[in-house]
Amino acid sequence: MTVKQSAHIRPSQITPLDAYLNRRELLAGAVIAAALTATSSTTQAAEATPKPDPRFAFTRNARYSVKEASNSFQDITHYNNFYEFGTGKEDPAQNAHTLRPRPWSITVGGECEVRGTFGFDDLIKGLPLEERVYRFRCVEAWSMVIPWLGFQLSGLIQKLKPNSNAKYVQFVTLMDPKQMPGERDDVLRWPYVEALRMDEAMNPLALIAVGVYGQALPNQNGAPLRLVTPWKYGFKGVKSIIKINFLATQPSTTWAISAPSEYGFYANVNPHVDHPRWSQATERPIGKGLFAPRQQTLMFNGYENEVAYLYKGMDLRRNF
Amino acid sequence: MTVEQRYRYLYKPGVFIASLVPAALLAAGALGWFGADLGADPVAKLLHACGKTGLNFLLLTLLVTPVRRLTGWTHLVRLRRMLGLFAFFYLVAHFTVYLVLDRQLDYRNVLQDIVKRPYITIGFAALLMLVPLAVTSTNRMMRRLGRRWQRLHRLIYLIAILGVWHYWWQVKKDIRQPLLYAGMLAVLLGFRLVVRGLNRVRAARSTGAVTSTSAPATAPGKT
Repeated sequence: MTVKQSAHIRPSQITPLDAYLNRRELLAGAVIAAALTATSSTTQAAEATPKPDPRFAFTRNARYSVKEASNSFQDITHYNNFYEFGTGKEDPAQNAHTLRPRPWSITVGGECEVRGTFGFDDLIKGLPLEERVYRFRCVEAWSMVIPWLGFQLSGLIQKLKPNSNAKYVQFVTLMDPKQMPGERDDVLRWPYVEALRMDEAMNPLALIAVGVYGQALPNQNGAPLRLVTPWKYGFKGVKSIIKINFLATQPSTTWAISAPSEYGFYANVNPHVDHPRWSQATERPIGKGLFAPRQQTLMFNGYENEVAYLYKGMDLRRNF
Repeated sequence: MTVEQRYRYLYKPGVFIASLVPAALLAAGALGWFGADLGADPVAKLLHACGKTGLNFLLLTLLVTPVRRLTGWTHLVRLRRMLGLFAFFYLVAHFTVYLVLDRQLDYRNVLQDIVKRPYITIGFAALLMLVPLAVTSTNRMMRRLGRRWQRLHRLIYLIAILGVWHYWWQVKKDIRQPLLYAGMLAVLLGFRLVVRGLNRVRAARSTGAVTSTSAPATAPGKT
């Protein structure tokens, strides 16, 4: 496949949504089956990288893709922080089979014209899907490279027509302990809530992912749709979204509520501002084996050119 | 077989082999034997597994005295040294993984960590305190130090407290596991306090120094 600039995606290259969505139905079963077999044996061979579905002819957005090699599908789907399915890194892959990502509806509210509850399909209709290979930096000082499949958040926001009072956009995860057993433990305040300032949300890097490696998003990665903001720590990437609200004032967000001195609203990747308990100067790259050295963490996770303007004049030590 | 022989030929070798099982499993994972692996972040897995196994052995070491007291199996003390040395072994491995694999022998960075990060400071302090205990664990050193040996080895209480604290402090949010360890340690140390308190009362009673409001001084059972 040739790599193309985002501006050059022909409409014919973009998968019609119904084709994409029908495909999801087939895949849901496969994902569950994979999750079940993964739990049945601890010594199973690593899952091979799946081939993108041929009916799903996406284009890679080269402008917003990094050159580094992506992590394996196995690593991306078996090393997750998704406390709704347990606090261990391998818990989500084991437990997320209880999530039912279809049918799925999202409620839009607050300071916008288009309000109400929409089916997943209707909500994302007409938004061009593309693959973007982003760096992913966890606040725990490890990192991955992930080929997301999704659409620009700005496109969705334009569709929902926020009014001039809207200064923040808030996302809320599904709250249903039957589907998300981890929500029975009060390690965090449920449901999980995250938010962006409106200008951050409109930045072209902000992505709503619906897939990874050309596949529908596996449950443990936040199916059926999640936020991806690659210049911020991973916990900003709220998963399995059921509510989008446009707000006039800055809302509280889950990790900032949980430990306000350790996790801030902005959560921008910043090697110069340490977590109170550990350094953020370096990170351990996942998937490179026992002897891989730590690597330097980059300002805004390497996306400084794209996002630094958003924070001009702000004290990033205070607004961490 | 005498008790002596049973320990020598059965129990000690048995405990020794069992204590090596966690190391063998980690080695298998690191080397990919039998299809085992250490997951997506093998360094973190090794680091945490060694640390936790070391902590387990610290608690096992501290369990010997209460079990002896409660069951009367006084000979169990013969296993205590080995358990303590395995704690030392796994905790040295824990630090080695941190120094070599995680920090790639960047000594300056490690020193900075030890000074700047409180949870690393206390973990490192605990490990340093274990060194004299390991060094003085031989029969010869026990004889040579006499009473001072026991006083020195009471450091294990402080080491265990620092160890659990170190674990607690590095957990991001879910403190249920460290809480469990803190609870177990509290029981183990609490047991000793209670025994000490009881001994004092008994000693005081037997010398008649305590003016008891309860029954007149009946002969307290021999201790």
